[in-house]
Amino acid sequence: MVSYIFSRTLATIPVMAIVAIIVFLLLRLSTGDPAAIMAGDAASPAQVEQMRHQMGLDRPIAVQFVVWINHLLSGDFGLSLHSKIPVWDMIAGRVGPSFALSISTIAFSVIVAIPLGVIAAWAHGTLLDRVAMSFSVIGFSAPIFVTGYILVFFFSLKLDWFPVQGYHPLSDGPLLFLQGIALPTLALSTIYIALISRITRSSLLEIMGEDFIRTARAKGATEFSVFLRHALRNASIPIVTIIGVGAAFLISGVVVTESVFNIPGLGRMVVEAVLARDYPLIQGLVLVFSFVYVVVNLIVDILYTVLDPRITY
Amino acid sequence: MTQNLEPSVPEQHTLGASSVLFGNLKHGPIAIASLILVTIVLIALAAPILAGTDPLLIHPTERLRPGSLQHWFGTDALGRDVYARVVYGARTSLIVGTFAATASIAIGLAIGVIAGYFRVADLIIMRIMDGVMAIPGIVLAVALVAISGASLTTVLVAIAAPEIPRVVRLVRGVILNLRGEPYVEAAISLGTPAPLLLVRHMIPNTVAPLIVQSSFVLASAILSEAALSFLGVGLPPEIPSWGNIMSEGRKYFQLYPGLIFIPGMFLAVTVLSVNLIGDALRDVLDPKMAKRL
Repeated sequence: MVSYIFSRTLATIPVMAIVAIIVFLLLRLSTGDPAAIMAGDAASPAQVEQMRHQMGLDRPIAVQFVVWINHLLSGDFGLSLHSKIPVWDMIAGRVGPSFALSISTIAFSVIVAIPLGVIAAWAHGTLLDRVAMSFSVIGFSAPIFVTGYILVFFFSLKLDWFPVQGYHPLSDGPLLFLQGIALPTLALSTIYIALISRITRSSLLEIMGEDFIRTARAKGATEFSVFLRHALRNASIPIVTIIGVGAAFLISGVVVTESVFNIPGLGRMVVEAVLARDYPLIQGLVLVFSFVYVVVNLIVDILYTVLDPRITY
Repeated sequence: MTQNLEPSVPEQHTLGASSVLFGNLKHGPIAIASLILVTIVLIALAAPILAGTDPLLIHPTERLRPGSLQHWFGTDALGRDVYARVVYGARTSLIVGTFAATASIAIGLAIGVIAGYFRVADLIIMRIMDGVMAIPGIVLAVALVAISGASLTTVLVAIAAPEIPRVVRLVRGVILNLRGEPYVEAAISLGTPAPLLLVRHMIPNTVAPLIVQSSFVLASAILSEAALSFLGVGLPPEIPSWGNIMSEGRKYFQLYPGLIFIPGMFLAVTVLSVNLIGDALRDVLDPKMAKRL
């Protein structure tokens, strides 16, 4: 197990290396002048020349990459074009809201989606099942920004239960924090709830056909215990998988949700950086988001071995 | 539908009322979805006739008007007719979505076939695909737009690129499975050259799963275009697209929610229809996969 965790962790290195190469090449292979892009729109020709030298663009591309990756590994993501603050510090300052939003979304989705999937599987083939699964398809198709504005319209403008926009960190008090994060969480959860409830239903249905379920029933176990103790436990592996797969949706969703609700996290920072053409910042954000995705999938893979002792590597 | 509610054939009663009712109901949503999609396609095709006015025409004196006989969905902050923009938006969404989806399917197919057939290439290609997949779609798209500026071409590339790895994985899987098939081994032992083997014996097998996949890629591409435009990093703002209308409507949302809800509804319904049709196609063409989901 320990050796598996070790080798699985090592396996993330080539993926991150490829991501770094892609990010590196994106800028070099673009049609524009990389030095001009990095230096920003307001740079003078002298500043562009200075940037060209700093990036080593006058040297072979392999040397450029080594120089660049060395900077990255020592935590030097460069300076933001606009604020002149190190990119790394800017990113670190905006992690909090995005992290809070992601965690609350995953928690809320799991709490809602698993019972929904269990009910749909239980009532398999009935109207209840169809209604639950229709909601799942709709949830998967509804764009987050549309869902978000519908929620704002009803719960903020009409009912005045929640603020329209804005974010309060947990340190401002739990009530303000929850009020601010409730609607974004709800909006961002729709996709996750759709995915998780669907996979819960289908894996439960698959497992309900297994021999050990018949055995459990023959023993006289109640239907409740068959579902929750015998079946759901075995269905947990695909459910955990989908949470990992869904991390990509979650990250893309965070970008949109934070813009709708004006949450000062990493997602809104991406949009701000693009609008300001702050390329060093964009580069840093792409690397950080990819790193998060890779790490989430690493954790999910490791969780398999914990959830299912039969899986040995 | 009324026929289905009152089954006249006696045998159907033996199936039990609920399975008759809802067994048939299952085809209902697909019929509605197809109807909606056909309608949206017709709206897109007939946009110049339906719109009645130029979606780019600015009327500074008629800003932010509510819906009226003259402007069905009202006007936006520049006095442009929202109805005309939504109608033309159908065109933009479908064209951009279809182009991006076709491009990613074609490129993904080519790369997937190479990866599935040539062992050495496989190792390299799949590592690259793992890397691309690790960059979340919107973030990759946004980065591409940041480098090359927001033009139609950039946006198309930005929407298509993140979809490619999924297509590659699918095609590669199919090709890998086929390599062990007796008829493929027979063809190889007969000395069939690789290109012919691929085109005649292997690629036709990827068609069914690719059709299913393409509907999901299309839905995703339409959504991505809208999301990018909504964020203000997509198509140039004067192009009437659902995302652009919503993006412009953000500032006025509290007073004129229609600027977001009307294009948003069109977008949601279109994407939902495409997804539903994809689900139905999967049930028919790819029963194994359908069972798993």
